[in-house]
Amino acid sequence: MMYKNWWKVLSVILVLFSVIGGLLIAVPALPILHESIRNLYYHVPMWFAMIIIYLVSVIYSIKYLGSGKENDDLIAVESVNTGIIFGFLGLGTGMIWANFTWGAPWPNDPKLNGSAIATLMYLAYIILRGSIDEEQKRAKISAIYNIFAFPIMVVLIFVLPRLTDSLHPGNGGNPGFGAYDLDSNMRYVFYPAVLGWILVATWIMTLRYRIRVLENKNNQIQ
Amino acid sequence: MKRFFSLTAIFFLVVQFAQAQSVEMAETLRSSGKIYVVVAVMALLFLGLFFYLFSIDRRLKKIEKDK
Repeated sequence: MMYKNWWKVLSVILVLFSVIGGLLIAVPALPILHESIRNLYYHVPMWFAMIIIYLVSVIYSIKYLGSGKENDDLIAVESVNTGIIFGFLGLGTGMIWANFTWGAPWPNDPKLNGSAIATLMYLAYIILRGSIDEEQKRAKISAIYNIFAFPIMVVLIFVLPRLTDSLHPGNGGNPGFGAYDLDSNMRYVFYPAVLGWILVATWIMTLRYRIRVLENKNNQIQ
Repeated sequence: MKRFFSLTAIFFLVVQFAQAQSVEMAETLRSSGKIYVVVAVMALLFLGLFFYLFSIDRRLKKIEKDK
């Protein structure tokens, strides 16, 4: 599966469709947002890709604890490495969008703070790994950390902002995006974009994993 | 050209009058047709990026076969 090409081609088609369609297909005319509503096709999929790739990571961490296979641990760590990239891309794109619609790049929205804390938590995972020399110990401890980090990340990004006031749609009593997208036109671009970016993130993760496996083999020969 | 300017002037006036009800979108950008330049640039950018990912994939496959 990892070495097959069809899903990589599919990811290219979906993302390209979302880039072209996202710029050209009609969007609802709304005050404040204007054309920037199109950022929905580019900013939000970053977070979906991040969540799914972190989910992959936690699945492989659990798998590692059961199997003790080193490769399961390698998939877990490379998933986190990839997820962090998408987390930063999500934060950066969100800051640009917020600056022009909410008036400030960081308006202390609970969703922003939550996602920043979640990203720091995953950076701590990388630091934790770097601090343990013994391989099996490192894999085991970081797998357990990862299992705790995932639900906390979900709560920070998806649960807490919904309980308080938030500027994000669908949070803190705000209507969700479906309320703006009355003719459902945006869905036809949004869902392919989400799926496409999840596949791209998975692709990058598998590339990193394969490099890591090769590096491991090289290290063992010496 | 003169007619174009007067037309755009009228257009902006109409837009200003209509501002109370309608939301301003990138209509002038669209009508001038140059949005397609942006679309082309972004399409090329992403195609290039994906081509790069595929080339990394190919190189990795080669190394994996050698091992």
